[in-house]
Amino acid sequence: MFGKSDKAADLAGEVTDHTAIQGRSLWRDALDRFLRNKAAMACVFVLGLIVVFVVFGPLLAQWSNEEIDWSRMGDIVRDGRPNIENGHYFGLDELGRDLYARVIQATRTSLLVGLIGAAMALILGTAYGVIAGFYGGRLDAGMMRFVDILLAIPTTLIIILILVVAGRSFITLFIALGAVSWLTMSRIVRAQTLTLKTREFIEAARAGGVSEGAIIVRHILPNLLGVVIVYASLLVPEMILAESFISFLGLGIAEPNTSLGRLIAEGAGTMAYGTLWQLLFPLFFYVTIIITMFFIGDGLRDALDPKDR
Amino acid sequence: MAVLTVDNLKVSFDTPDGPVSAVKGTSFHIEAGECLGIVGESGSGKSQTFMAAMGLLPSNGRASGSVRLDGHEILNLPVGKLNDVRGADVGMIFQDPLTALTPHLRVGEQMAEVLKVHRGMTGSAARRLCLDWLERVRIPAASRRLRQFPHELSGGMRQRVMIAQAMLCEPRLLIADEPTTALDVTVQAEVLDLIAGLQKEHGTAVALITHDMGVVARMCDRLEVMQYGEVVESGSVGKIFGAADHAYTRRLLDAMPRIDAGDAPAPMPAETETLLDVDDLRVEFPIRPESGFFRKPIPLKAVNGVSFSLARGETLGIVGESGCGKSTLARAVLRLIEPTDGNVSWLGTPLTDLDKRAMKKERKDLQIVFQDPLASLDPRMTIAASIAEPLKTYRPDMTARERRAAVAEMMERVGLDPDMQNRYPHEMSGGQNQRVGIARAMINRPKLIICDEAVSALDVSIQAQIVKLLKDLQAEFGMSMLFISHDLSVVREISNRIMVLYLGRIVEMGDGDMICATPRHPYTQSLISAVPIPDPDLERSRERIRIPGELPSPLDLRAALRFLPSKLAAGDEDYVPRLDQVAPGHWVAEHDPLDRILAQAPAQDAL
Repeated sequence: MFGKSDKAADLAGEVTDHTAIQGRSLWRDALDRFLRNKAAMACVFVLGLIVVFVVFGPLLAQWSNEEIDWSRMGDIVRDGRPNIENGHYFGLDELGRDLYARVIQATRTSLLVGLIGAAMALILGTAYGVIAGFYGGRLDAGMMRFVDILLAIPTTLIIILILVVAGRSFITLFIALGAVSWLTMSRIVRAQTLTLKTREFIEAARAGGVSEGAIIVRHILPNLLGVVIVYASLLVPEMILAESFISFLGLGIAEPNTSLGRLIAEGAGTMAYGTLWQLLFPLFFYVTIIITMFFIGDGLRDALDPKDR
Repeated sequence: MAVLTVDNLKVSFDTPDGPVSAVKGTSFHIEAGECLGIVGESGSGKSQTFMAAMGLLPSNGRASGSVRLDGHEILNLPVGKLNDVRGADVGMIFQDPLTALTPHLRVGEQMAEVLKVHRGMTGSAARRLCLDWLERVRIPAASRRLRQFPHELSGGMRQRVMIAQAMLCEPRLLIADEPTTALDVTVQAEVLDLIAGLQKEHGTAVALITHDMGVVARMCDRLEVMQYGEVVESGSVGKIFGAADHAYTRRLLDAMPRIDAGDAPAPMPAETETLLDVDDLRVEFPIRPESGFFRKPIPLKAVNGVSFSLARGETLGIVGESGCGKSTLARAVLRLIEPTDGNVSWLGTPLTDLDKRAMKKERKDLQIVFQDPLASLDPRMTIAASIAEPLKTYRPDMTARERRAAVAEMMERVGLDPDMQNRYPHEMSGGQNQRVGIARAMINRPKLIICDEAVSALDVSIQAQIVKLLKDLQAEFGMSMLFISHDLSVVREISNRIMVLYLGRIVEMGDGDMICATPRHPYTQSLISAVPIPDPDLERSRERIRIPGELPSPLDLRAALRFLPSKLAAGDEDYVPRLDQVAPGHWVAEHDPLDRILAQAPAQDAL
């Protein structure tokens, strides 16, 4: 019974073939290049700190994000300042809620928005672009005209329309961001597929009788992945920016949920009253996330596509 | 007195894996008016030597030693001073004339720029000089070329423009880095003659960097043979070709296929079973003309009625210059490109009628090896995975272990160490990668292998090894081969029969030695006379047959009748030349006598 198993046989083969030289794949090379990139690695570290802060920060919080500190809300400018002793590390917001807890909540939302938006673009855009590029002809023309039409409508308008029609919630926000983010991705993927499809190794696979589905999965997708990852990593901060802009306008995430864009909007609104910390804390996290994300994206591009430098 | 003296030149590159030394202390000199050949295979450091001398190394390269031009040290000079030398005292020609010319500048503007920088010459004086040089490099309709962009010119024309531009300031030294490698043989012959002419007329010293011993035999006075960044042998051409001292030089010379060797494989016995029968195959691509309001696509006839048959175990060589449709023919036979018309029958089954499913079953016996070994392998897959891919399709019953054993066996058979199975294509040399491509094609023991320029991208010695490997595999497994190449001498080495294509039509077909020794068609004759032979005495005494004009575009209807000017003159432009059997198994397309063809004024060129 054991001897019959394909996997077991394979594993046995793997073990007995210890003499074979291990090759260095292009992925391995790219990883090495990325690890050598000091700016990108520093940014990964900083971003890692922010993620740790989001995950473990609530353990240090003495106030929840919904609680209103009635005793101090009377005079935010005087009593609401950042203070280690009373547990409001980042101070209070305009309504007397703990800004530390609120910033954690907002950072989490923004990171999620970036990741989920980019992930939707990754999956939808890649699938759409590969199909259009690989099969070509009328199908390609039709699919790409559809993308062109959607791209012609301003992104923010589409997001706002979806949010207004379907109501403001987390799910609709993700759907709205995903709905616009995959368009450019699909175009990039299609262009890459078009050049890949004429490469000789695809022709070699065809001559070897490999079916079209297998060609896509085995040859096209792995070779696309580099470009796709780079673009997706640059899409993350773009999604965060888009969400912040929507929230800044007052649409987007609804209370009691919040996002960095929303906190910044609120902080900017009360700036004139001397409660500058309400703007600076969310702004700091926001700027740090965006900058590190862009640097990481740049590092990924240098690592995965060394010819471009 | 020596124009250029290189003394103990060392070049190294900083890479993430530490410094790599490309040139390890070479010394040589070039006398005024002589042609020095620098010969070596890829990676021998022959190009880097001159790049370093001219200060053209990439930023991670470092050069030390001494390079003196007319006695002045020029190595590692600041760019400003180097610019006075480059272009004025030293001209350079590169391998690929399309990438070496700026695409957005007209020919005249690029050339005038050189004059402006070095001579301060502008306006009509500069224009006159440019025109003068374009005429000297024998470019037809030169004044019109001045206003054209590089992409509007053919490869041979571009290389001539490069030469004219390099010669503008009448440099004392012309460095030609593989100047004809990217060109067809007939164009190569003309460019080489041109360089030799300039060398004589102007007393320019020429440094000819090449891997082709035939080119050296035709052009050079002296020779430096480089290997692994060192000069291993140097001396006069006569001495080295006569009695090479160094083992590497001898190996290079022996590896060079010779078109006049007369040892082509014998023709197959007549009763051998026919495997493949191609009848009147046509492939047309619709091309949109550039102008016209209702742009109706006109057909580009890439393959225009080709018929042949292939016997079991036979090798048919297909030869022709770029654009003759040889690769399209191969892909149409395999239905990687759908033929427009005609029949391909494989063991009696018409392949052209099969649906996708049935075709996939037949593909097991029909395999192809591509030109560029690196491009034809998936960069993300280990070589073992690439070789095993056809097995996955056709032998789904095999377990992973059996597959691995089969791959290891095949790797050994094609001369690869099975321990390398987990390597990736980018970690291996071109020759090794081509072995992987052959292993992948052979793994299912196909009955037909098409080699599409399979050895053209490889170094001479590797090329000889791969040709030998293919011959051995054929002897062992008995498969038939279609061997496509632009290089007649390689084709002759391996083919039982040879077919010569011109603009999608067969012009001559016959046994290997028959075609090479007694070609009948003027096109075949001109092709064969243009192939350089690695023997200086023989090569310099050969008479070359030059058909007027460059290889024309397949879109030009009149071009198809280039060898029948009598029909053209009679206004019969749609005439299809007959294929006549002039001797048993020797077919030649109808043509006018050679004198008549050579006598045509180069009217087509004046366009």
